[in-house]
Amino acid sequence: MIRDKRSEYLAALILVGPFVVIYGLLFVWPTIQMVMLSFTDAPLIGPGDWVGIENYVEILTHRLFHNATWNTAYFVLLTVVPNTLVSLAIAMAVNRLKGWQQGFVMACFFLPYILPVSVVYLTWNWIIDVQYGLVQYIVRPFNGGEPMSLTRTIPFFMPTVAVVTIWWTLGFNVLLFIAGLRNISPEIYEAASLDSAGRWRQFRKITWPLIWPVTALVLTIQLIAQLKIFDQVYLFSIGGRQDPTIVLVQYIYKLAFQQNKGGEGAAAATLLFAMIIILSVLQYQALRARGEK
Amino acid sequence: MSSEAITRPAENAARLKGDRLIDFGGLALTIVTLGFALMAIFPVYWAVVTSFKSETEVIASGIALWPSRINTEAYEHIWTNTNIGIWYINSFVTSALITAGVIVSSAGCAYALSQLDFPGRRLIYVLILACFMVPMQALIINHFVLMAQFKLLNSWAGIILPQLIVPVTIIVYKQFFDNVPREFREAAQMDGAGHFKTLFRIYLPMNWGITSALAIITFIGAWNSFLWPFLAATGEATMTVPVGITQVKDAYGIVYARQMASAVMAGLPVAVLYLIFQRRVTQAIMLSAGVKG
Repeated sequence: MIRDKRSEYLAALILVGPFVVIYGLLFVWPTIQMVMLSFTDAPLIGPGDWVGIENYVEILTHRLFHNATWNTAYFVLLTVVPNTLVSLAIAMAVNRLKGWQQGFVMACFFLPYILPVSVVYLTWNWIIDVQYGLVQYIVRPFNGGEPMSLTRTIPFFMPTVAVVTIWWTLGFNVLLFIAGLRNISPEIYEAASLDSAGRWRQFRKITWPLIWPVTALVLTIQLIAQLKIFDQVYLFSIGGRQDPTIVLVQYIYKLAFQQNKGGEGAAAATLLFAMIIILSVLQYQALRARGEK
Repeated sequence: MSSEAITRPAENAARLKGDRLIDFGGLALTIVTLGFALMAIFPVYWAVVTSFKSETEVIASGIALWPSRINTEAYEHIWTNTNIGIWYINSFVTSALITAGVIVSSAGCAYALSQLDFPGRRLIYVLILACFMVPMQALIINHFVLMAQFKLLNSWAGIILPQLIVPVTIIVYKQFFDNVPREFREAAQMDGAGHFKTLFRIYLPMNWGITSALAIITFIGAWNSFLWPFLAATGEATMTVPVGITQVKDAYGIVYARQMASAVMAGLPVAVLYLIFQRRVTQAIMLSAGVKG
């Protein structure tokens, strides 16, 4: 019996070992290092002196940090709720289709989601191109017959990137909503149509309340994902002015990798880290309170 | 005698749906849905079509939905004048190794957490759940510092290592292993099979479907990842495809056929994987999001 226990421990050690090593080396250690680095004036690579909370004071009073925070919040506002609502509408439309129609429609909406971000960027960068892009056929009449660069005109930058992001990621949300819709018993709708409830009433009284747990899940997944936004925003700003449209991860990148301020970058990273952990814990608590997880 | 059958809700609902007006509305809705689906997939179609045009046809006015002549010049150009061949090798090698590493370490860890009893079991599980919330984007600075210390920047290992942390794979595996009836393991151990034999001969083959699903989305995720490879590989010889195609395009000027050809090349492997394994991909994504599919 004791031999059995010992062999069980040994097996567990070997099986859990690789993950624990990876986890410790590439997650726990860098996290500790990040916090330590944030209290020094170190460059990206190399030693630095302890400066206490100076970096945090510096960042929190830095105009660019305020910019980055507001732009990130603006991006969240432009994407999270619209994406969720559009996805729900599409999911309901797809869910009532059958056979090849459903498969085809689903593939059309989902395919963009599995493409790399740089493919999405190149494709849309071509579509919105100021000289030859297709979107200019729509833009010109609204702009006095003149073409306009949607990513170089600052007020249009975030909305444009938001639309592209929604197009790119909605397949994921549609998938979750369809799974949720299939869990609603058809008998409930049958009973409702017996009461001759209209489509809108059916949606408000049955679909919306019953799909709400999925809606909440989609909203929180989106919220946390969009706070970490970098790729699209960075790519669409290549070659243009980056500061007016900078987002938080881009701010970290700029401080650490472009200005070689490792300490300040780490302080900004620690702030983002803390923000997302707090939100995630709140989300987890909310889900657990509903008995979902 | 037939009144009993008629009052059954399902048949009443069917009769109501037989109404011509509702049928017409349904048909209109189907057409609208199909129209939106075509709009959603159009940018992808447009990128592919553009890649087969000549550069002069690309900037010709009007919207040509089909190239006047199938032209593979853009593809020939990017394959002979950029490092895309090397990027392809880099992408395939790193994505395949990330997939293998994640699957093996996750399956082992999940088996131990699910089936074995050892000290620290709960602690590790809680740590994995905590890992879920961590924004990897916040750790870029310290991952970079760590990889620089190991002298792994601009190497496959440097691109791979920080991407090995995928806690969700462990959670999904654990759920599936928890559901394997205990009798299987007891029977195996009666026959004198050790834990490793039990894992590789019983638990993994029994969950082959989920293993392939997780492997496919891990591969797609690794292929698509942008931020980390973008930071870790700065030399053209070590870039992955999604990073490479955004970094050298500036040298092109306005050559959208070539840009679209490189975008098509970057998206092709994951698009093909998705189209072949649609069901597996969607299943794995739903499981990862915590939704039963």
